[in-house]
Amino acid sequence: MSPETTVVTGGKHRIGTSAPRPDGVAKVKGEFEFSSDLWAEGMLWAHILRSPHASARIVSIDLSGAWKIPGVRTVLTQDDVPGRKLFGLEHPDQPVFADGTVRYYGEAIAAVAADHPETARLACEAIDVTYEVLEPLVDPETAITAPPLHPDGNIFRHLIIRHGDQNIVGDVAVEGTYEVGMQDQAFLGPESGLAIPDPDGAGLELRVSTQWLHSDMWQTAASLGLPGDRVRFVLSGVGGAFGGREDVSMHIHLALLALRSGRPVKIVYSRLESFLGHVHRHPARMWYRHHATRAGDLVRVEARLVLDGGAYASTSSAVLANAACFGTGPYKVPNATVEGWAVRTNNPSCGAMRGFGAVQTCFGHESQMDKLAKALGIDPIEFRRRNALATGDRLITGQKITGALPVREVIDALAAHPSPADTRTTDDMMARPGGAGRTADVDHIQRGYGFALGWKNLMFAEGFDDYSTASCTVKGGQVSIKTACAEVGQGFVTLVEQIGRTEFGVDDVTIEQSDTTIGSAGSTSASRQTWMSGGAVKAACDSVRAKILQHVAARHGVPIEALEIRDAHIVSLNREIDITLADIDETFTDTIEFHHAPTVHLDDDGQGDAHVSFAVAAHRAVVDVDTGLGLLRVVEMATSQDVGRVLNPLQAIGQLEGGAAQGLGLAVMEEIVLDKGRVRNPSFTDYLIPTALDMPTVVIAGFIEVPEPGAPYGAKGIGEPPTISSTPAIAAAIRNATGLELPRVPVRPQDIVFAKLR
Amino acid sequence: MNSETLTYRLTVNGVDHSVEGAWLGESLLYVLRERLRLSGAKNACEQGECGSCSVMVDGALLCSCLVLGAAAVGSDITTVEAIATTDPYAESGAPLSTVQQAFIDAGAVQCGFCTPGLIMAVHDLLDRLPDPNDLEIREAISGNLCRCTGYGRIFEAIRIAAVVRNRPRGEGAA
Repeated sequence: MSPETTVVTGGKHRIGTSAPRPDGVAKVKGEFEFSSDLWAEGMLWAHILRSPHASARIVSIDLSGAWKIPGVRTVLTQDDVPGRKLFGLEHPDQPVFADGTVRYYGEAIAAVAADHPETARLACEAIDVTYEVLEPLVDPETAITAPPLHPDGNIFRHLIIRHGDQNIVGDVAVEGTYEVGMQDQAFLGPESGLAIPDPDGAGLELRVSTQWLHSDMWQTAASLGLPGDRVRFVLSGVGGAFGGREDVSMHIHLALLALRSGRPVKIVYSRLESFLGHVHRHPARMWYRHHATRAGDLVRVEARLVLDGGAYASTSSAVLANAACFGTGPYKVPNATVEGWAVRTNNPSCGAMRGFGAVQTCFGHESQMDKLAKALGIDPIEFRRRNALATGDRLITGQKITGALPVREVIDALAAHPSPADTRTTDDMMARPGGAGRTADVDHIQRGYGFALGWKNLMFAEGFDDYSTASCTVKGGQVSIKTACAEVGQGFVTLVEQIGRTEFGVDDVTIEQSDTTIGSAGSTSASRQTWMSGGAVKAACDSVRAKILQHVAARHGVPIEALEIRDAHIVSLNREIDITLADIDETFTDTIEFHHAPTVHLDDDGQGDAHVSFAVAAHRAVVDVDTGLGLLRVVEMATSQDVGRVLNPLQAIGQLEGGAAQGLGLAVMEEIVLDKGRVRNPSFTDYLIPTALDMPTVVIAGFIEVPEPGAPYGAKGIGEPPTISSTPAIAAAIRNATGLELPRVPVRPQDIVFAKLR
Repeated sequence: MNSETLTYRLTVNGVDHSVEGAWLGESLLYVLRERLRLSGAKNACEQGECGSCSVMVDGALLCSCLVLGAAAVGSDITTVEAIATTDPYAESGAPLSTVQQAFIDAGAVQCGFCTPGLIMAVHDLLDRLPDPNDLEIREAISGNLCRCTGYGRIFEAIRIAAVVRNRPRGEGAA
């Protein structure tokens, strides 16, 4: 009965236009309420005591010092957790507070609620914890066979992909070992929130930053020992996420403090706590051997991947699957042997960050593709083009690509983009490597060019049904839409308005509060919300539109096919019926659960249709390197990306530019530095993210629009691909400028200078 | 806090406020946000690296996390909440300053956490240098970290704002 959607583009702020963000005005005025801005009458402030050791046995905890401080209202430890003692996104293995054993630097020991943040901090200092300090296990290779750090063992996952001939070799083979350092999401808005107990004390509301309200709600309710409907999660303003808010951080602690004290409790992490309090991108060690024919066709890829998962599981298992499944790049690889490990150590826990496993292996496979092209004497771009995957080809998991995958089109669009002018001899010192330091000698500046291709899956994988839920209500011409989707800055709220305007032809759409009173939207991760929650919103709008048309058709005795909704009017094709949406008094509503096509687990050989869809991007980087001092400037980044369809050009550009910046950070700036498990640089003074002086212009050489079947309006998710190939493109450009191997990112000045000295 | 507390007065956006029972160690950022409920200035690093807490104190752009609230007594403090009403280039009665409007038009806002600090920094830049070149723009906002945008749309917003502000009077807003 549901009529085909007539997508009317080009209308004011509809699909395909650069519609403005509905929260834009509030954000520029400073009036948008972030989770750190929340306030309630009589609220207390929370602070968490954290372990100063990466590995230790807790001998005793004496809370009396904290209780003696005036203004302290509640002090809690693991003994006070009434429900499930463990939490975790995929597998609950992390104690709410350290349970006799400390497994990482910064693990929560106790929580305090007091009348002032400084009182709470002082109270934490007054807690006397006696530790028996242990030697931390920090080497992931050693962890594979070392005595277990946890009852669940040290191996989060061991995965083998065997595809095709396991013994074949090529005419030419190249080998390499590559490393990726630990990157932090470094979102600007610190972990924060406000918990408000219900008057009867048997439930509460949490207003928080998160990427997935329902996952937080399920985990928090389990640890509180409460039914889910007594633990309401409401999305507050989220100051960026990038994977770092997919796991529970302060949520359970905050809920416990509010229930125990009977008062609203607010928490705001300091930047130090933020670095210690959320998961990071997995550091990776990757060995590769690539085989090809003399003519330049890939024959086989062998790889061994070791990801350091840190102390607790988080999403290590899924990150490893992604690293392995996409570990040979968007290329035709007829034979592959990939063995991967994700292991437990006493380093900080690692989990989701933009690109999720594909970032690490992209650095590996793209380094190898350049090395192999050089060994074959083939242009590296032509070599990639020759081996590019396309629709109808198979992954190394045996899965056939049935959707759009315009790899060659992405390569060609970027390759066609002209190189920037050589500005090395500019008089402007600020434009040279070293910038304001005014250190660069023109004679020492070498320019290099690098090209890289990357890909990733969209949506969750391996049998996980990460559905989304949306409701649409139309009454008196007013369209309102509700989901539990976490808007984290990406602009999903803009898309909701665009969908509503497009489907009903209205100008205004009301977006209701995101909270757990509606079904799950799944996580704002895996580049999935445009497809999944966008798909749910569109399906809900489609259903309500059909109901309205059916209502009008019945009233006028015409077939529903004779009617359509156009610019907020219900009109018959012959124009005899023309009713404004606002003139229909009845309320029409529906709630839809939207599912993607089912996927399966990988089998013992790592084979199976484990993924829903794929997206490809390419980057070309131009760098100037001061080879004497090891300083460099990324002069330009250019990119092309497989996007399905651009739904909002301005927001799409923002994703491509912002993602490239995080890739640049991993390439040359960002790394969490560890010393025996201790984080040595947990601040924005010592962990450097790109500033306006570090970021070059990002040229969009092409949005490659090949509509994806099954996706709303044909649009693929676009958030992650910009962060995948940007890092290896910059590394390749530095290699091109210096002639160095540079097998590790981030590339630091000493990597360039000391390698030159050797 | 029952240790030494004090009461003082602050002039914020032209309004005289009483700060009562405050701990001496509270930063201006904390006093603005938690005592005066002016939460436009943001708390991302609280050590002067990210610029999210930028405000004007006696006409100087600074990080309010690095100033004690009690040390700002007697100063004129301007926060993002008042920047629209003090922008001489905005159309009269416009709800947004020229810079705020340009940030929206250019798509310079994503999560928005850095935005208030950047709005303050860009007003300061364009008041000092009405027609900045690319490097002057980059240098001026290099103390404001943004993790979402990669700065591209922010540069565009600054270029738009400069054009609007340099337009002869009477030609109207963008």
